[in-house]
Amino acid sequence: MRVLGIETSCDETGVAIFDDQQGLMAHAVYSQVDIHAAYGGVVPELASRDHIRKTLPLIRQVLDEAGLDKGSIDGVAYTAGPGLIGALLVGSAIGRSLAWGWKVPAIGVHHMEGHLLAPLLEEPSPQLPFVALLVSGGHTQLVDVTGIGRYRILGESLDDAAGEAFDKTAKLLELPYPGGPELAKLAEHGDPGRFRFPRPMTDRPGLDFSFSGLKTFALNSIKTALAESTDPDQARADIARAFEEAVVDTLVIKCRRALRETGRKRLILAGGVSANRRLRERMSTAIAAEGGEAFYPQPALCTDNGAMIAFAGCQRLRAGQHEPLVFKPRARWPMDHLEAVSSS
Amino acid sequence: MEVLLESAESQQAFGARLARAVRAPSVLYLEGDLGAGKTTLTRGLLHGLGHLGPVRSPTYTLIEPYRLTGLSLYHLDLYRLGDPEELDYLGLRDLLGQDALWVVEWPGRGLGFLPKPDLLIQIRYEGQGRLLTVTARTAAGEAALGRLRNLPD
Repeated sequence: MRVLGIETSCDETGVAIFDDQQGLMAHAVYSQVDIHAAYGGVVPELASRDHIRKTLPLIRQVLDEAGLDKGSIDGVAYTAGPGLIGALLVGSAIGRSLAWGWKVPAIGVHHMEGHLLAPLLEEPSPQLPFVALLVSGGHTQLVDVTGIGRYRILGESLDDAAGEAFDKTAKLLELPYPGGPELAKLAEHGDPGRFRFPRPMTDRPGLDFSFSGLKTFALNSIKTALAESTDPDQARADIARAFEEAVVDTLVIKCRRALRETGRKRLILAGGVSANRRLRERMSTAIAAEGGEAFYPQPALCTDNGAMIAFAGCQRLRAGQHEPLVFKPRARWPMDHLEAVSSS
Repeated sequence: MEVLLESAESQQAFGARLARAVRAPSVLYLEGDLGAGKTTLTRGLLHGLGHLGPVRSPTYTLIEPYRLTGLSLYHLDLYRLGDPEELDYLGLRDLLGQDALWVVEWPGRGLGFLPKPDLLIQIRYEGQGRLLTVTARTAAGEAALGRLRNLPD
């Protein structure tokens, strides 16, 4: 089965074609980051309009790249939530309409299920069951995955997502917002021994996270350091390093605990923050020491993309699930409410 | 009214006091820098109103709705909003019901497209603690501020 996937939940337009025999045949992402950066924030209506402009050209582009005709598409998958409602409406309307025009089934995919299953696009891909850490600007969740659509939330952030803590701390360090990746770069030059940030909620049982307090800690450290330091640039790098160490440590501690509690041996990381190099190194070492293995998607599949939606949609369409001739995007959509796919 | 709060816990406790003073419909503006504790105060307010679950930062979703007994609380964070006009497209007007309580962080980014506040709460750093200044901007706000002053500890 060959599926066209469309992702428009936020500020990236992603389109891809996945074939269950031939794998990922083509994928393309158009990022609106520059448009939103000019405004200093996300502009939901602008995002929707830009998705309208970009989605159809990207569909033509991936069909060309894969050397395929639209007649060879067997199904269409689009992100139906969660996300910005206007942005979701664009992808849903285009996806559902194309499927109707092409007389093929359509399926609305949960954005986070897409991220969760993205590592299965890689070779070698992890066997089910596994524990997944979804870590991005909007989410920090540990999920026990026993099958497609069989998700149990083990723990999640009670306040800020890890990526949000990265972006906000970057702002406190006078980096442009959202500056998570810049913070990681700055941390490369930092001394890990100069500051020590707390590892929130690791001293008690449970798998929930809390990253909100790190902002305040960063702010106090910055004030102290700038008051006593002759080298403010070095002080900022040292704080960036200490902050990154704290987030990475916290995520590693909770993942190790999740594997022990569930008895799983495989951990997958997904979402934008899973591209962080130090997190990958530290996680792989810690999980290997537990006799387990950590899996990561390639960086292009960590951030929002159409490939993960095509893949997740293909699994569901192949199991016979599809949508009637309506589309129902949802800004909020709890992942543990999804329909399970019986293993084939 | 000015209040000095020494810790995150006292900030949350102040939020719970606020829950006993405000009545829907009301609009509260929360102003303060990153890390000032705007969401912490909102968490206290929500817990005071009987919400038991987590209170997540609405920075990425822009708005988090809570259905409580007798009222709906909308927790807005306009930090990432690029243009105030965007608020119209988010359908906020539909959320201005008689039973609605709005808590708006970074209201400055929505100027001209937000309802006027009944209460304005400004949070400033004061050493390791926070200094809160609560100002009433409407008659309903005055009434809420009066109740807040007269609450037993």
